[in-house]
Amino acid sequence: MKSRWWKGLILGAFSLFALTGCSEKYPVLHPVGPVGEQELFLIKFSTLLAAIVVIPVIALLIFIVYRYRDKPDNQAPYQPEWSESKTLEFVWWAIPILIIGILGAVTAKQTFALTHPPKNSGEPLTIQVTSLDWKWVFMYPDQHIATVNYAEIPAGRPIQFVLTADAPMNSFWVPALGGQEYAMPGMAMRLWLQADKTGTFEGKGANFTGKGFAHMTFDVKSVNESDFNKWVADVKKSAPALTKDGYKELRKPSVMGKKSFSSYPKDLFMDTVMKNGGKYMNNHWMMMDQQEKQMDHHDH
Amino acid sequence: MLESLKEFAGHFFVTGEPLIYMSDVAIVVVSLAIVFTLTYLKKWKWLWKEWLTTVDHKKIGIMYLISALLMLFRGGVDALLMRTQLALPNLHFLDPQHYNEIFTTHGTIMILFMAMPFLFALFNIVVPLQIGARDVAFPYLNAISFWLFFFGALLFNLSFVIGGSPDAGWVSYPPLTELATDPGPGENFYLLSLQISGIGSIATGINFIVTILKMRAPGMTLMKMPLFSWSVLASCIIIVFAFPALTVALALLMFDRLFGTHFFTMLHGGNPMMYINLFWVWGHPEVYIAVLPAFGVISEVVATFSRKSVFGYKSMVAALMVITVINYLVWAHHFFTMGASAGVNAYFAVATMLVGIPTGVKVFNWLFTMFRGRIRLTLPMLWAIAFIPCFAIGGATGVMLAAAPADYQYHNSFFLIAHFHQTLIGGVVFGLLAGLYYWWPKMFGFILDERLGKWAFWFFNIGFYVCFMPMYALGFMGMTRRVYTYPAETGWTGLNFVSTIGAYLMGIGFLLIVAQVLYSIKYGKRDVTGDPWDGRTLEWALPSPVPHYNFARIPEVSELDAWWHMKQNGETLAAQNKKAPLEPIHMPKNTGRPFIMGVFFFIAGFGFVFNWFWMGAIGLIGVVITLIARSQERDTEYEIPAEEIRRTESALGRL
Repeated sequence: MKSRWWKGLILGAFSLFALTGCSEKYPVLHPVGPVGEQELFLIKFSTLLAAIVVIPVIALLIFIVYRYRDKPDNQAPYQPEWSESKTLEFVWWAIPILIIGILGAVTAKQTFALTHPPKNSGEPLTIQVTSLDWKWVFMYPDQHIATVNYAEIPAGRPIQFVLTADAPMNSFWVPALGGQEYAMPGMAMRLWLQADKTGTFEGKGANFTGKGFAHMTFDVKSVNESDFNKWVADVKKSAPALTKDGYKELRKPSVMGKKSFSSYPKDLFMDTVMKNGGKYMNNHWMMMDQQEKQMDHHDH
Repeated sequence: MLESLKEFAGHFFVTGEPLIYMSDVAIVVVSLAIVFTLTYLKKWKWLWKEWLTTVDHKKIGIMYLISALLMLFRGGVDALLMRTQLALPNLHFLDPQHYNEIFTTHGTIMILFMAMPFLFALFNIVVPLQIGARDVAFPYLNAISFWLFFFGALLFNLSFVIGGSPDAGWVSYPPLTELATDPGPGENFYLLSLQISGIGSIATGINFIVTILKMRAPGMTLMKMPLFSWSVLASCIIIVFAFPALTVALALLMFDRLFGTHFFTMLHGGNPMMYINLFWVWGHPEVYIAVLPAFGVISEVVATFSRKSVFGYKSMVAALMVITVINYLVWAHHFFTMGASAGVNAYFAVATMLVGIPTGVKVFNWLFTMFRGRIRLTLPMLWAIAFIPCFAIGGATGVMLAAAPADYQYHNSFFLIAHFHQTLIGGVVFGLLAGLYYWWPKMFGFILDERLGKWAFWFFNIGFYVCFMPMYALGFMGMTRRVYTYPAETGWTGLNFVSTIGAYLMGIGFLLIVAQVLYSIKYGKRDVTGDPWDGRTLEWALPSPVPHYNFARIPEVSELDAWWHMKQNGETLAAQNKKAPLEPIHMPKNTGRPFIMGVFFFIAGFGFVFNWFWMGAIGLIGVVITLIARSQERDTEYEIPAEEIRRTESALGRL
């Protein structure tokens, strides 16, 4: 038995060493925004609760196997018919119920919290994301620019990513900012993320979409507000426009690098959603949001 | 003519891969060798009479077991190919298409063509013996179940060399698997082979529920039934309620692909989410179908090798039944990230965590079965002891995954891969191996060599942790599943390399198990008593291997652990047999029809895979004819004379 526990110890030490190593390598454990931080809290909290059960179980197992091993000179008590104890069984029905109760409550609370934009932050920015075979298209409805395989975002502002796919469904994941959400044809789904620091963070398609899937990575570049505005202006001035034919080209299965576009066909995103069956789906919230937002703009 | 034939062959056979050409050669050579050996030893008749036409649950169990071990080999080779490709960044050992096919077949085979037949092997071999029955409730149906599984598995494996393997993951999510993005026969192989073997699985579920409810020995009330049989009952209830959902999902996707319907496309009002829901309505319970019998094995093994009654029997039964109910209500945790509302996610998160409660109770009860016992570290017990920490950690990471917001970060990452391998290997495979070692003497009459078995145990166990612990960390590093390669800048190289080493250690462990079996066939200690482990349940009262009618006289049971108490009271099966003169026994006759029906299902499946409807029709007509022929049959049983039973029992020292 011993050498397995040894192995466990060595591995444990090894992974601890690895985990404390370098923060950029472990984006999930070193998030740069409030969403990822909340999720990390839950990761740590649930690990702790799980450890409260698992560690004693393993310790107890080692103790029992050692103490009650079948050796002729073993003096430990032997009670072959002892098979019931209401008290003991009450204890181990109660422990997991208690732990699951606590974890369940915290989980439910957080699940609801994450559907809202992070609190106490700046004005939200919307980016529409379309997953294609095998690339990501980002459209900025307020800035009217588009990019492929990278997105710049202003640090400190909540970003509302609205996701769809114009190809088999994928999943949009930027581990350093927070958890993922699927991009599905005919649906427009919302994911709130925010970066509190500047820097470049890797994003990826997390759900398998065929041959080029492994290369569906993109960069999210978080910059401060003025740099963001400057970047938008640059793209508007120097990049080509994305035309309907240009989008058709993008739709063809291929792997490509980064691209920028100074404009894109109006309503391209909603047209894509509708074209892929969105008319059968309940995408109302999105339309409502869009209208609300437009009305807000008028009020200002 | 020749040209068109050449072109057909170019599509029909998989070409262009040295690995596949090598396999082609291997398949032809092995097939020829088998044909030659059977002819040389004049064994064709034996094969047909003793095996292909058998309805004996023990022989069917052994055929399931052999199939499962072969599929474990195939799935394991797939795993090693994948791990080799991922050992270092930017390798070109496999191209993306090939890699995609391999992870698809690895997952599908391991779950449906390895775990399921392995479970059914133990169901078949153990349950009737353990509850004191002569066979299962429907022996003929049991043979049909096996041959449907067998030909389903054959059809699936054929895709490797003919037509091309499926390449969209074992979950086969549309819209990726719709014709528009995945033409070709690969996905059809997946849909049809799963469909055919799935029918067999449902039949097995029904068969064992009826067997357990109706055929227990007199006096064995449900609350005196051994825990393994309880776990099989639980597993079969889940099979009967969950598998139809898979049947529907596969059938509708097949309609989409063969007949151009739109159930799961986004266009014309279809919706892929419907598939995803149906798939996991089956897919999550499937996990419990596999793991509950493993729990049952652990309960038997731990009690036997601690020389102690299982602790908290009632709690154990209650926990099994609670899991049987809750497991249906948690399926959406497989897609927290597919846009469900917070309310839905919160419900499924909490429901999932609830499964942890009865599971936790079972772990404590196993520990306290050992507590104040006398623990013998035999091979079955070693695997059972290894099961406990491994499954406890796997269960704990399962609870962590259930926390929906945390899952947004784990989903589709290597953290998830590590988790489900830990429950499926540390839970199901460790449990099944414990069961294999435990019941092996009962099946074959000899004990598997201890020394080689320990080597295999350590290689496999250490290999497991070396392979899968780094994957948890890789998940935190953002490595997603199903990528065929990764750039060096990701920093994933070191851990991937370690993981690959672990995979090879497990491979060596598997080879050592094979070596152990081969060695033990010749040199293994023979089991002459029928009770090599000092067992507690009825199967150990019988000689090893068991005569085909099982019990000369069905024993009367008055307590849990019936055989243990018989031994305590100085009773033997011989004494039971002597009480009154033996009577003739009715047994079902052997029949070749289940095999023939399987062949027709295979023909139908193969036809539909290639859209050759004429061939599909021929196969289905054949199936209907075998069904009609069966319903016309009256003389399906024969009688073993009392004299023959007397002779057999005296020869076995049971009279």
